[in-house]
Amino acid sequence: MQEFLQQLVNGLVWGSAYALIALGYTMVYGILRLINFAHGDVYMMGAYSALFISGWLTAAGAPVAQSPLWAMVAMLGAMAAAGLLGFLIERLAYRPLRAAPRLTLLITAIGVSLFLQNVAQLAFGSEPRSFPELIPSSTILQVGSITLSNQQAIIIAVSVVLALALQVIVHRTSIGRAMRAVSYDREAAALMGISVNRVISFTFVLGSALAAAAATLIALNNPLVTPTMGVQPGLKAFVAAVLGGIGNIYGAMAGGLVMGVAEVMIVGYGSSGYRDGIVFAILIVVLLVRPTGLFGSPVTERA
Amino acid sequence: MDLARILRFAAVITLLLALQALFASGLVNPYYVRVLILCCFSVMLAVSLNIIIGHAGQFSIGHAGFYAVGAYSAGAFTVYAGPPIGQALGLDRLPVWLEGTAFLMGAVCVGTVFAALAGLAVGLPSLRLRGDYLAIATLGFGEMIRVVIQNVEAVGGPRGFSGIPIYSSFFWAALFAVTTVWIARNLARSRHGRALLAIREDETAASVLGINVTKHKVAAFVLSSALAGCAGALYAHYEGYLEPRSFDFIRSIEIIIMVVIGGMGSTTGAVIAAVILTLVPELLRGLAEYRMVIYSALLILFMLVRPQGLFGTWELSWETLRARWEKRRERP
Repeated sequence: MQEFLQQLVNGLVWGSAYALIALGYTMVYGILRLINFAHGDVYMMGAYSALFISGWLTAAGAPVAQSPLWAMVAMLGAMAAAGLLGFLIERLAYRPLRAAPRLTLLITAIGVSLFLQNVAQLAFGSEPRSFPELIPSSTILQVGSITLSNQQAIIIAVSVVLALALQVIVHRTSIGRAMRAVSYDREAAALMGISVNRVISFTFVLGSALAAAAATLIALNNPLVTPTMGVQPGLKAFVAAVLGGIGNIYGAMAGGLVMGVAEVMIVGYGSSGYRDGIVFAILIVVLLVRPTGLFGSPVTERA
Repeated sequence: MDLARILRFAAVITLLLALQALFASGLVNPYYVRVLILCCFSVMLAVSLNIIIGHAGQFSIGHAGFYAVGAYSAGAFTVYAGPPIGQALGLDRLPVWLEGTAFLMGAVCVGTVFAALAGLAVGLPSLRLRGDYLAIATLGFGEMIRVVIQNVEAVGGPRGFSGIPIYSSFFWAALFAVTTVWIARNLARSRHGRALLAIREDETAASVLGINVTKHKVAAFVLSSALAGCAGALYAHYEGYLEPRSFDFIRSIEIIIMVVIGGMGSTTGAVIAAVILTLVPELLRGLAEYRMVIYSALLILFMLVRPQGLFGTWELSWETLRARWEKRRERP
């Protein structure tokens, strides 16, 4: 039982990071009906940004590795860099295709994903780089044999704060209202005087920044950065978004948590070889049984 | 079958046998032969995927999974079932080349059938889904196939499957590539092919016209995966070694890129794009690290400026060329 609870804690930690990535997928899908395959690679670029920024900060004499404040600066810097990248991707690759068939957009997204991976490989090399230990690990909570480290607590806390912030942006600000309007009906929103392109750009920036935050958080625990590191978390977060009902923000968070727990459990109790298989098994079951996900409202897909 | 067809078929066989003899003589650089054989595999994969993406309009991103099923099942057949079957049938008393051919044909059958079964298992449930959801489901299945293979120790697991006897050659790769193209072109002109085109253009309208949408889609999917499995079986017996990584998501994407750049719906487009995209990286050996960057940039660029691909749905043939030529001459 104790072991199960420990696994549950570990799963929730991973899951909250997946949830942050899944939010980006779900927002973009909600607004453009596009599976943004490049999102996992934006996450990867976010990890590299955090790596370089903390490197520069350290070189400039900032005690990044000791002070949570500087670690936070590195994270915010990575979020800004990824936000810019997301903006550029949307502006250069997706916006020219606004009127094109959705298949064209999907293939372009795959192209962007491959492009980012391979550019990263050329620019940063394909061998893994190790992330500086931003915050040294220590146990802050122990109940019986169940432990929670400060890193785990930070991952959960930052994820919750960011998810809440997103919630406020989407439901309490005018740009959030515009986002909801565009995702509901793009033409009608445009007629009401909403600048659709601006809203879409904002959505990409927001989603990409969340992915970079997730990358920095995961780097606390898993300090290896590679050009292809975005593929698996990207696919998993995407499955999480589908599981929760793609386009639905609460659904993405719930889906991310389920995915993290499922993955940790399969490694803990099953075989680690099937780690990457379980998520796709979940995906297929969800698609076949309830294609709109747990929280999704049934939509008739328009061609 | 009329006489002209038989003659044409005989001519193709003779040509391929002559080329095979030339290649076997060692006069041609074996590296060129290897590239040519890889082109044949690419052609089979692109043309078979084009049946489902181009003709039926269903976006599938797990084609490498079926390629893997074909390759691994055929390899396992030859390695595990080959020797006992060979002994029971007395194949080992035959000349070596004939024994190899017999095993290769058996393995190709096994690979094709297993890939077709996998195609049926994937296609039946997931073809009820449309558009994006189908793409995601096929992606999931493709990855699952790879994960399962990675966990089966009998085929080497993550280390790879070695020791598969090498039976295929240029002749077999080219013959099956030609056959795949032939099947795809005949399909496009058949009743079934026209039903697929109708489904591609408008699924709802097609079903209102009395076309059994699910049946046609599943049949096309099974055919497409069977052909990929056949390519896999030939590949396994050409390389003699398989590793799960060569059948991952990226491989599926490479095949999609061939189909998309060739023009979704054009079989000849798929052939030409498959050949070009296999040759170009070899020609740009020095730029090897830029290969995928160029690939992906090309893909984005194509989508932005020419989303219909090189050929669109246009087929290259003597008739279309002549029609084009005459149209040009009529112009003042």
